[in-house]
Amino acid sequence: MLRHSHTLLGAMALSSLALAAPAQADTLNIGVMGELASFDTSQVSGGVWESQVLMDVYEGLVKKNPEGEAIPGMATDWDISEDGQTYTFHLRDDAKWSDGEPVTAEDFVFGWQHLLDPASASKYAYLLYPIQNAEAVNSGEKPLDALGVESLDDGKTLKVTLNAPTPYFPQLLTHYTAYPLPKHAVEEYGKQWVKMDNIVTNGAFTPTEWVSQSRISVAKNPEYYDADDVSLDGVNYFNTEDRNAGISRFRAGELDVLREYPSSRYQWLKDNLPEATHLSPMLGSYYYVLNTRDGRPTADKRVRKALNLVARRKVLSEQIMAGSFKDAYSLVPPGTSHYDVQHMDGVEGDYAKRLAKAKQLIKEAGYGPDHPLQLKLRYNTSDEHKKIAIAMAAMWKPLGVEVEMTNAEATVHYQTIQEGDFDVARAGWIADYNDAENFLTLLRGGVGNNYGDYDNAEYDTLLDQAASTQDLDKREALLEKAENTALDDYALVPLLYYVTRNLVNPEITGWQDNAEDDHPSRWVKFHDGD
Amino acid sequence: MLSYTLKRLLTAIPTLLIVITISFFLMRVAPGGPFDGERQLPPEIEANLKAAYHLDEPLPQQYLRYMGNLLQGDFGPSFKYKDFSVTELIAQGFPVSLEIGGLAILLALLIGLPLGIIAALRRNTMIDYTVMGTALAGIAVPNFVIAPILALVFGVLLAWLPAGGWNGGALPNLVLPVIALSIQQIAYIARMMRASMIEVLGSHYIRTARAKGLSERQVIWRHAIRPALLPVTSYLGPAIAGIITGSVVIEQIFGIPGIGRYFVQAALNRDYTLVMGTVVFYGALIVLMNLLVDLLYSALDPQIRYDD
Amino acid sequence: MTTDTLSDNRLSLSDATAGESLGRDAWRRLKQNRAAMVSLVLLVMIAVTCLIGPYLLPWGLADVDWNAFSAAPSLESGHFLGTDANGRDLLTRTLYGGRVSLSVALVATFVSLVIGVLYGAISGYVGGRLDSLMMRFVDIMYSLPFMFLVILLMVVFGRNIFLIYAAIGAVEWLDMARIVRGQTLALKQREFIEAAHALGVRDRKIVTRHLIPNAIGPVIIYVTLTVPKVILLESFLSFLGLGVQEPLTSWGVLISEGTDMMQSAPWLLLVPSLFLAVTLFCLNFLGDGLRDALDPKTR
Repeated sequence: MLRHSHTLLGAMALSSLALAAPAQADTLNIGVMGELASFDTSQVSGGVWESQVLMDVYEGLVKKNPEGEAIPGMATDWDISEDGQTYTFHLRDDAKWSDGEPVTAEDFVFGWQHLLDPASASKYAYLLYPIQNAEAVNSGEKPLDALGVESLDDGKTLKVTLNAPTPYFPQLLTHYTAYPLPKHAVEEYGKQWVKMDNIVTNGAFTPTEWVSQSRISVAKNPEYYDADDVSLDGVNYFNTEDRNAGISRFRAGELDVLREYPSSRYQWLKDNLPEATHLSPMLGSYYYVLNTRDGRPTADKRVRKALNLVARRKVLSEQIMAGSFKDAYSLVPPGTSHYDVQHMDGVEGDYAKRLAKAKQLIKEAGYGPDHPLQLKLRYNTSDEHKKIAIAMAAMWKPLGVEVEMTNAEATVHYQTIQEGDFDVARAGWIADYNDAENFLTLLRGGVGNNYGDYDNAEYDTLLDQAASTQDLDKREALLEKAENTALDDYALVPLLYYVTRNLVNPEITGWQDNAEDDHPSRWVKFHDGD
Repeated sequence: MLSYTLKRLLTAIPTLLIVITISFFLMRVAPGGPFDGERQLPPEIEANLKAAYHLDEPLPQQYLRYMGNLLQGDFGPSFKYKDFSVTELIAQGFPVSLEIGGLAILLALLIGLPLGIIAALRRNTMIDYTVMGTALAGIAVPNFVIAPILALVFGVLLAWLPAGGWNGGALPNLVLPVIALSIQQIAYIARMMRASMIEVLGSHYIRTARAKGLSERQVIWRHAIRPALLPVTSYLGPAIAGIITGSVVIEQIFGIPGIGRYFVQAALNRDYTLVMGTVVFYGALIVLMNLLVDLLYSALDPQIRYDD
Repeated sequence: MTTDTLSDNRLSLSDATAGESLGRDAWRRLKQNRAAMVSLVLLVMIAVTCLIGPYLLPWGLADVDWNAFSAAPSLESGHFLGTDANGRDLLTRTLYGGRVSLSVALVATFVSLVIGVLYGAISGYVGGRLDSLMMRFVDIMYSLPFMFLVILLMVVFGRNIFLIYAAIGAVEWLDMARIVRGQTLALKQREFIEAAHALGVRDRKIVTRHLIPNAIGPVIIYVTLTVPKVILLESFLSFLGLGVQEPLTSWGVLISEGTDMMQSAPWLLLVPSLFLAVTLFCLNFLGDGLRDALDPKTR
């Protein structure tokens, strides 16, 4: 049934595009959870849905296979210097933009300089800060050409100089911030180069139509070096912000893939669409920030420990979230490369004992029936966050804790907790790239994302040491030690690890669950597709 | 009448200026900014962003800059949807919202008015109770409940119509959103029409008309319906402005590229330029619709005159 | 809420020249309307149940039953109408939610009624430049971005349930004002108003004794239409963090939560929807009855 309606709708969508395509064209219809901010990668706002579109139309030096592993893309191979600080990428000869122009190292230099140009005001520019002078360029302290990238051999080779050995650098290059930009097109059209009439891209697909807030359509890029191996003729990305409506559209056969179905629907989907319902671990942590600023009850380690002890994470993941999350006992999620999952001490096992211990700690901290511990819990408005907040308040109740819950829309929520007006606050982090350091900076002193203002000199020193360590095993040991320092300090309440939740038409292949939830359409094929 | 219309159109200018000014400052003193999100930005990046959007200038200066651009017809670029200007977004989305909303209003009038009139004429009969009971159900069930049920039943279970999508405005894609949007309006209009019909039918001059020996049909068509339309008209002015500018619920559930979502999304994202764009647009529509309503009053009841 | 509307109208209608008190007269006629009386009784019952019910149920507002998450209605478990995803008793929560929704509806509707009717009647009756000025103010209020208005209110006054009433009342009176003004424009040209003028009746008395009572039909109907709007608007304010906060809830919030679970746990949508629907039905029949009873023309 799904297959049938897929071709039918594919044909309908194409005919509406007025493309001269055969009626049987294989078009993949993906429901994404929001609107792309821009095809200019420096202007993207950071949604998962945005990387889905961008990774289909652009390709970096390194790209991803269906399993989410980094494999050569625009670069065929690269050399790393002894000190691990210089990378030399050799670009493929047959790399072309969709207008037939060759992709050169110049396009990368241009793209990265554009990203780091203060005038571009790119939100995610900091992801390229490992490159020499990148931060200074972005702050306007140095000119654009001071950036540590160089085009050599008539644009066949790209030399990148880093500030420090950065083992995850190739990983980082799969992110859209590291894509090239078509220098020739930008020079010809200026800011208008992103318009559908002007845009050229170097990925497997190239954009053809954008109905703002409804649909982006891309068609196979005939100039793509591997075009013969690309099975799909095109992809439609439908903006399905209402995720329940997305499920209806998937069931009606209008979508082949629905990204991020709501967690509350997992059980129902598993029972009713077992073959289409995917759920798999993701590199993301859902946690409660504890405010360690002076004067807050949570500045007291005993309170922080007690709150952690009685958190029944299994109940949370299996009962309340009905299996649509994994229970978490650490900040860095499993699946992180070169890293073993750590475990907060004493927060699992016999509940009665944990409760007794926690009560004891609360009493020692000076709280009791006539002086109850009152906590201000803040979360950003969402059904998931609400459910979790209610459950946590109920779990802390036996300690005599009185929780006052406050929700706000996301912008207000984050502004408020950054100002420190809370005791406990909901936060989450999805990895930008697969490395433990990306999570551990969340507790580094003075960092903006460290909402609870956790300040531990030993922790910071360990992270500094890790940053300058080239040996992967030594680096891992340092990072793990750092995390344990924070966990022993009960610096936060780890609650859940994120999972990827997708509905996928069982008729397609080349679409695989992976921890970063990246699924390039380039690999996707319809089963009986020829 | 012409001079009255011209006068009203002239007063629209100061009215909109006040709306723009209040909205601008209201929006800017509200907490939360366009760059507050799950991830805190490094200070130099925040500085770049503020400079790029002139948010680092004093507020009055930003206001003057905005007004200056506005006078040249420039609403500025959207903070969030960067490949489009605010003008482009509204120009792309409004025809879609107008189509869906216009059809919904039309449907609501075509069904709601006759239902209301019939219910009033057959007052306190089974017909009246059935019509009003159905109308009430339409009011009691909010559209965020109706819309997903329609999509589920007609899109998934029966598979008669698409469960969502716009598809360039193809007829099958219009049906469900238009119905979902009109149900509540049908109910409102029917309820109001019934009430004012009853009011008018009991009034002195209808009794006079009857006493003159006019047939019931003549009484109703010539004398009752027009004055009875007055309260419905009052309601419809602002209601139409609201409906043709789209509904965030309907647009999100059916994936329709209208402008309704901008009213909520832009505010949630603190997309300042887009918020102002929607405010100016909506404000102008409100002024226009209320002017039309006032002009219609005189058409419905020739005794109404504006004497200033 | 209905008794309040009643007494308010009685006040504005009481006329010393009538032999029998008009209020009592209206009440007598209302009593003869069976649909209206049944509705009134039902409404009182719903209100009383929401007030007293929670004390009779074994579950508290925030009590979690760790053995019953999203459990279906059952007599054995004691969750007669099931539980929500957090294991809290739905009946208990619906009754508590009713307190919030009914009180928001009562106060916000009353505020919009009073402001809207007076504003509209004055604007329409005086006419001319004042009418023009007052109506432009209404246009401005319509056009302001409601969300920022609400967020600012929250900043200035903090979180406060009375704010919800104020915020909702502040937008809902606009429609009412436009409707009443429209009616007034038409009514003031009629003979009986002109006659009152000629007799030297003061303007204030003309507005309160003659204009408003004669516009009462559309007003009452619009009031009954405002109630569901207000109840659902409250759930949007909760989304912004201004409305009720967990663990407290309201019908609007319960219904929007239930919509997501429509297929797997339909009771979460059905129960609060049913309470809301019955309330609205009753209000409407009562509204119709009141209109008939208060109609000055059939007096």
